[in-house]
Amino acid sequence: MVTSITSFGRSGLYDWMIQRVTAVVLLAFTVFMIGYMLFNPDLDYQQWKELFECTSMRIFTLMALLSMAAHAWIGMWSISTDYIKPTGIRFLFQSACGLLTFIYVVWGIQILWGV
Amino acid sequence: MLVSVYRYNPEIDDAPYMQDIHIDIPGGKDIMVLDLLQLLKDKDPTLGYRRSCREGVCGSDGMNMNGLNGLACITPLSEVVENDKLVLRPLPGLPVIRDLVVDMSQFYKQYEKIKPFLINDTPPPAIERLQSPEERAELDGLYECILCACCSTACPSFWWNPDKFIGPSGLLQAYRFLADSRDTATTERLADLDDPFSVFRCHGIMNCVNVCPKGLNPTKAIGKIRNMLISQAT
Repeated sequence: MVTSITSFGRSGLYDWMIQRVTAVVLLAFTVFMIGYMLFNPDLDYQQWKELFECTSMRIFTLMALLSMAAHAWIGMWSISTDYIKPTGIRFLFQSACGLLTFIYVVWGIQILWGV
Repeated sequence: MLVSVYRYNPEIDDAPYMQDIHIDIPGGKDIMVLDLLQLLKDKDPTLGYRRSCREGVCGSDGMNMNGLNGLACITPLSEVVENDKLVLRPLPGLPVIRDLVVDMSQFYKQYEKIKPFLINDTPPPAIERLQSPEERAELDGLYECILCACCSTACPSFWWNPDKFIGPSGLLQAYRFLADSRDTATTERLADLDDPFSVFRCHGIMNCVNVCPKGLNPTKAIGKIRNMLISQAT
């Protein structure tokens, strides 16, 4: 058993599961967005605004946003533990990733509810 | 043909270097790489490499031949030589002791971690613990591993974290005991593997399957360990 305190769920299985579940959510969101844009070639601001005013779309988008945050954290953490060997620099890199992810989430929520 | 061999003797050399040797194969026969190494050693007796059984059973002569890990004794030249050239390097990722000889300590440490022995706390029967033919068949494709380290040293996850990731070879062995009907420590074994490194550093790129000289499939075994962990935890 290898101890790690900076991974997302601190259990390999938990991280693995979250990574897969969030990937499915992100895929669904991507497919929906591409489909929506393909079926609405004359998309204007009003229509775009109406789409994101709908509660179900807000739930779906927030879900995708949180999924991206978790997915990115697990992925970036894996990369940092593979390639960055000095503990100090690795911790700094992980902290920067965490801070950036948090900013994106808060900013994303602000945009989503600011429509 | 031209053979380029990795040479390093820490007592003499400051840094490793590649030695190019031109050699004629007697009778132009398709010999094994190990036989070629013997010819090279006849020319230059200072060349160091491990070998023992010379028939792919002991796992001593694992090395990197034209970029691909394998056992020199069962790899014919025709399989690896390209454009009449062969590059021989030690197994990647492990510390080099000398020439083609690597220090396998890290590899064995990971093997030791998975407790490679039967654990059974129930009182032993008078003669032996029996298995049905079906239960025995579960071990096929697992027990044949000879610990030559070709797979683990072909795995980037093992290169980056050889102290934390058990590696394909150790995990194949881990599943060999998880799958054994006579072993009663399944829960404890799984608990030891459920961290972000031991099993889950495997990203399924299958380099291990590509190089295994015994034709085994560590990736499949790792998938089965993961499935056992999932079904235990959900």
